[in-house]
Amino acid sequence: MTTRELITDATYLLASVLFILGLRSLTRPETARRGMQLAALGMLAAICGTLVHHEIVTYRGALVGLGIGALIGWPLGTRVAMTAMPQRIAISHSFGALAATLVGIAEYYSHGDAGEPISRGMIGALAFEVLFGSLTVSGSFIAFSKLQELLPGRPLTFRGQNFMNLTLFTGALALGAWLVVHPEAAWAFYALVGLSFVIGLSMVLPIGGADMPVVVSLLNSYAGLAASATGFAIDNNVLIICGALDGASGFLLSISMSKAMNRSFGNVLFGAFGSAANSPQGSLEERPMKAISPEDAAATLAFARRVVVVPGYGLAVAQAQQLTREMAEQIEKRGGDVKFAIHPVAGRMPGHMNVLLAEANVQYEKMIEMEEINEQFSSVDVAIVIGANDVVNPAAKRDPKSPIFGMPILDVDQARQVFVLKRGKGAGFAGIDNDLFFEEKTSLIFGDAKASLQKLVAEMKAL
Amino acid sequence: MTHTTIAEIYIFILAAFVGYQIITRVPPLLHTPLMSATNAISGISLVGSLVVAGRDGNAIAGVLGVIAVACATINVVGGFIITDRMLKMFRAGGRPHHREAP
Repeated sequence: MTTRELITDATYLLASVLFILGLRSLTRPETARRGMQLAALGMLAAICGTLVHHEIVTYRGALVGLGIGALIGWPLGTRVAMTAMPQRIAISHSFGALAATLVGIAEYYSHGDAGEPISRGMIGALAFEVLFGSLTVSGSFIAFSKLQELLPGRPLTFRGQNFMNLTLFTGALALGAWLVVHPEAAWAFYALVGLSFVIGLSMVLPIGGADMPVVVSLLNSYAGLAASATGFAIDNNVLIICGALDGASGFLLSISMSKAMNRSFGNVLFGAFGSAANSPQGSLEERPMKAISPEDAAATLAFARRVVVVPGYGLAVAQAQQLTREMAEQIEKRGGDVKFAIHPVAGRMPGHMNVLLAEANVQYEKMIEMEEINEQFSSVDVAIVIGANDVVNPAAKRDPKSPIFGMPILDVDQARQVFVLKRGKGAGFAGIDNDLFFEEKTSLIFGDAKASLQKLVAEMKAL
Repeated sequence: MTHTTIAEIYIFILAAFVGYQIITRVPPLLHTPLMSATNAISGISLVGSLVVAGRDGNAIAGVLGVIAVACATINVVGGFIITDRMLKMFRAGGRPHHREAP
């Protein structure tokens, strides 16, 4: 082993250790920031260690790539709004997977071009790399387009879709197997890249916006597996380790998101939840809903002792997180207690609501997880639902015919009084009626959440 | 199967196990920063891309390498910055406001 190789390997080992410590620091909010800064240092070390690598003979390409990447990455890190975090994460999975896929293609191409033989093990790794990489590139891009509303958020489905997906996937596996037997079959390799790309499209297109937390996590996992496969292909341990960490993380998150919706993985991926079939029909308008003006709501809130705020995706859409915190401050100023109830799948990605509230300066001790807050709802004076719907729908408990039956929900209906801020009289994202809105104790504040909160806060200040 | 491959499989499984153990303990509070952190870390494919971009010889592979370097760098730079931006916002009650980066 030469000194150069030793230096490179030492930086990789250092990076691996710092990455693991960085992730461990995320178990507590107090240590998280410092830990991730150390992880960033580890990354810097690994990059420097790579630049002395003996195979690198020209630095021009590397520097051009680093420059372009830094120019694009900088604004993506500093400028993107917290409300746009789900699509920001989705597009970054796309970039990461594209890097892995391109490395795979370049390795295969340069071996073929130079007439060097490719071992079975290497072609196996390369096949996995482009399979996961390519489907993550297109899948994440579709997820990004849906979240950014370039594409409609509702599921796009057609008859025979699952059959087609299954056929495509079987085809990809067959191509992979063929390549292991005939590593020199370039047509099969490039067909695999193309087919995997199509699989990514057809896998994510049928998935609706409400299921995005699962899909984004799953793509996180696939991006990791692609990086790991790259590590196997080019015999690089730090890639294998990081890919495994990323893969495990994404996998765990998608399982916990599925659980929070009481649905299996398969159901999320192949169920096309919230499709036209269970969209609301007329029944909604016939039952009376009780409306309340922001002024009246303010008077009640001003004298409430215990208040729980339930944020949902609508809060992010209306960008109402700052006003929500101002409202909470007004209640606290009068001696009331305010907590925030966070459902695991509220929003479009794991932890979406926590980030928004943290941005608005809400202390994290006040953000309470579902199980804990559910024990407290019976002693709550007012629960305020802001832009959430399915996660507070009692049909999940009462109506076995409801598509969300069995999903754990926030027991908002046990609070003494419920205010719901709602844009219109329509159903939620999943297109399901919500009995909570028709209950005696529930009053609805119609209108844009931001405008309603503005009036509410102004009124409370004047009281 | 070579000894290297077997050693690599060991590394993969052990790393996945460590990842599983650590990540089950990350509270839902920090799940979004966790996703952006793992995403930044998986930008480590940059080290593979750098070698491909800097290797002598194949022009097409070199171009693919440069694009790969750019993509991976986007994730590394953007990912670590945005993770830090998020983590900076999480503050505990009763304490002075978070320390700003110098």
